Amino acid sequence: MADSGSEDIAVIGNTDLTPSESQNNLKNTMVEKGTSLLKKMEISVAEAEKRTGKNAVNMQETYTVYLIETRPVDAASEGTSPVPDSLWRRYSEFELLRNYLLVTYPFVVVPPLPEKRAEFVWHKLSADNMDPDFVERRRVGLENFLLRVASHPVLAEDKIFYLFLTEQKQETQKSLEPLEGEKMEKAWKETVFETGFQAKADSRLKALNATFRVKNPDKRFAEMKHYGDELQAVVSQLLRVRARAADRLYGVYKVHGNYGRVFSEWSAIEKEMGDGLQSAGHHMDAYAASIDDILEEEEHYADQLKEYLFYADALRAVCRKHELTQYELETAVQDLSSKKQQREELATGTVRTFSLKGMTSKLFGQETPEQREAKLKMLETQIEEGEEMVKDRNVECDEFVKGAWTDIERFKEQKDHDLREALISYAIMQISMCKKGIQVWNNAKECFSKM
Amino acid sequence: MSGPAVENSVSSGNASVTIPADISGQMLDLDEDDDLEVFSKDTTITDGSYFNTSMQTSPASMINQYKFEEEEEDVNAKDIFVTVDNPESHVTAIETYITYRVMTKTTRSEFDSSEFEVRRRYQDFLWLKGRLEEAHPTLIVHPLPEKFVMKGMVERFNEDFIETRRRALHRFLNRIAEHPIFSSTEDFKIFLTAASEELISHKKQGPGFLSRMGETVKAVAASVRGVRNRPEEFNDMQEYVEAFSQKISSLDKVTQRIIREQREYLEELKECGPTYNLWSNSEQDLAEPLKNMADCLDRCYKESDEQVKQLNDQLTPALHEYVLCTETLKAVLRRRDNIQADFEAKTEALATKKADREADSKVLSLAWDSLVGRSPEEVKQQRQQKLKAEIKEMRDDLEKLEDRLEWANNALKIDWTRWNKVMRTDLRSAFVDTAERNVSYYEKCLAIWESFLHSQRTDAEANGKDDFS
Repeated sequence: MADSGSEDIAVIGNTDLTPSESQNNLKNTMVEKGTSLLKKMEISVAEAEKRTGKNAVNMQETYTVYLIETRPVDAASEGTSPVPDSLWRRYSEFELLRNYLLVTYPFVVVPPLPEKRAEFVWHKLSADNMDPDFVERRRVGLENFLLRVASHPVLAEDKIFYLFLTEQKQETQKSLEPLEGEKMEKAWKETVFETGFQAKADSRLKALNATFRVKNPDKRFAEMKHYGDELQAVVSQLLRVRARAADRLYGVYKVHGNYGRVFSEWSAIEKEMGDGLQSAGHHMDAYAASIDDILEEEEHYADQLKEYLFYADALRAVCRKHELTQYELETAVQDLSSKKQQREELATGTVRTFSLKGMTSKLFGQETPEQREAKLKMLETQIEEGEEMVKDRNVECDEFVKGAWTDIERFKEQKDHDLREALISYAIMQISMCKKGIQVWNNAKECFSKM
Repeated sequence: MSGPAVENSVSSGNASVTIPADISGQMLDLDEDDDLEVFSKDTTITDGSYFNTSMQTSPASMINQYKFEEEEEDVNAKDIFVTVDNPESHVTAIETYITYRVMTKTTRSEFDSSEFEVRRRYQDFLWLKGRLEEAHPTLIVHPLPEKFVMKGMVERFNEDFIETRRRALHRFLNRIAEHPIFSSTEDFKIFLTAASEELISHKKQGPGFLSRMGETVKAVAASVRGVRNRPEEFNDMQEYVEAFSQKISSLDKVTQRIIREQREYLEELKECGPTYNLWSNSEQDLAEPLKNMADCLDRCYKESDEQVKQLNDQLTPALHEYVLCTETLKAVLRRRDNIQADFEAKTEALATKKADREADSKVLSLAWDSLVGRSPEEVKQQRQQKLKAEIKEMRDDLEKLEDRLEWANNALKIDWTRWNKVMRTDLRSAFVDTAERNVSYYEKCLAIWESFLHSQRTDAEANGKDDFS
């Protein structure tokens, strides 16, 4: 690459960048963006381990736990490497954390978790959750999730998140000793539930699942939702096509291994041709073996796409929540205006519009003045409350829109940057693959010419 | 010097035998006079031929001469160039067929002029091959493409099929032209130069149907008899052919499989570019890189498609020809075996006859003979004479056969070495070419992806983005 122009942009100039290196670049970018949290500590998901234990229904089960390590930044930069603080968490706890964040910050496009079950696999990968490759990729995905949250201007400040990472000492604890293992796990869970988010989550879920119509849909959010739909559809298709192509390419490379075998056998019956054939055969074997690494690297690219596939979902969720917020505002406004109308009717005694009350009062006689007084008073209170409600909801809506829109802009920038990086790293991978191919076939050619 | 080519003098006690200029006559049974006549015509031997009638040499020294001249051949430039091209279809009332233009450029003096252009059809090539094989049963004739391909269900008049066949016919003729013995046969010359009607009439002069049948019957009989003492070197050849046949056909299969897998990969790859394009429609800032990506994938697809096509057009026919070659080699070894079997049988017969004579000389006159009124001595004399004559005839026959066998063995050995060399060259260049093409394919793809990176870099610079610091 030395010949291709000026080298002021180092990353692109270095086509030998491996995907893990570009992952590092991603991390570094997030750190530089500098939330206060990331300025303070380094976060990683260092290991994964299998555990067995009793589950909620007292049955034995096997599950995987992941080691979360945190390390103060200053110490690391001083050159000393203190033992990092660490704790083990399982996938379900990550899910709990995310659900909490979703409910608590509905206007944020919350980073997604790596997939629960392996999807879009090609034949080499099993869909087994216990498969070591899958576990490893999930470990990377979980670390990525934590870093994303930690680099988010709003989410990074959350206390529950901090506890999730550290949980060294709790103020609610009587003793100041750090908690161990399962006890710690349970303690954090309790803390989360104490926030009462579950109830909110349940009611939100119910509301979101109900069908409702917004009178004046916000065009921007409608467009965003539409974009989310398109993004999800096209990335799914891309992942599918890619997986199928990977499968086929695997076949092409592996069959070349048969050349290796036959050349080797053939060399045994030839005199002058023997050496050339034998060594050519070795190169064919090398070529066939090279596809394993190539496709493993491609999986990283697929993972990057998957992250945004799931992000698309998170984006749509925000739009949907906005709709709900707006609907609730509209409902409150409508309630208020109908209450006001009732008051007017009661006060003036005129029935403007047809109402059941009007009818019954006509049929069964008017109310007594005392009854009317009481009713009016009740309505006044309700109207006051209603006005408060509308004010609150308005504020809520405005805040939501502001917050959501900021976050969506942030998300868009992040997405454009990340996906562009992903495309570049894909190109780098392809270049590396081509270079390997050139090398192998040049070697083979040399051997063949000695046949 | 030309003249009756069939001159055969046996000098007892010394190994040298006069070998006729064109030994093709000797290869067939000389019982039939018509053949004799025909083959006596085929004695146009000029300079440059490997069988100079003025030299009366033993097969051994003949072989030395052959070798020597073969080395010379490498040093000298090629003096004959043959091409096969320009397929055309012809429609008659009975059939439709394809002819190919065969062009020859030569400086050889046995040719009347230096350039020739004729049209030939597949049948004509088949005829030539048959003639060469008949004339030289233990020499290795390069295979012709097959009559028609069953597996691909390819139509005879399909363009690709015709082109593949044309290339194979071209290679066939060139191999013949390069062969020291084949290229100087009359049949080859006529094939290259005669007008269509001439060729037809010449074809009719070939050995009659009956003689060909006779030859086949004898061959079958001989193969049934089997060979007793096959020389070690021919056993080795047999083993080699078995093994080589397996290997080459495996390579053929592997190549076909690679082509198949690659075509399936291309099917999937074809969809990648369009998907990226579809995505770019939903994006703003990301649209440009996505479109670039789609473009790169489309270009890679084209390169890959081209590469598979070349694999199919170049490597496959080369391997396929050598699969066919193994059949030829097996046939050649079989024919050599038959000659040896024939020789062994006749040797046995002679020994039996000699034993008979021995036995007979001890037998007293038979009663029958005395009844008939001949003196016992007379009868015995007659019988002995008869046996003596028969034995002489058989011995003459046997010596001819022995020469023929020795000739066949030596010819095969030499041609085997030559074939090996040609095979090595052919397959080496086929694989070297394949490797080169693969390198070129990867180089092209590398350039495509580097151009993508370059475009991203210049985009970044243009947008003033500081993403990559």
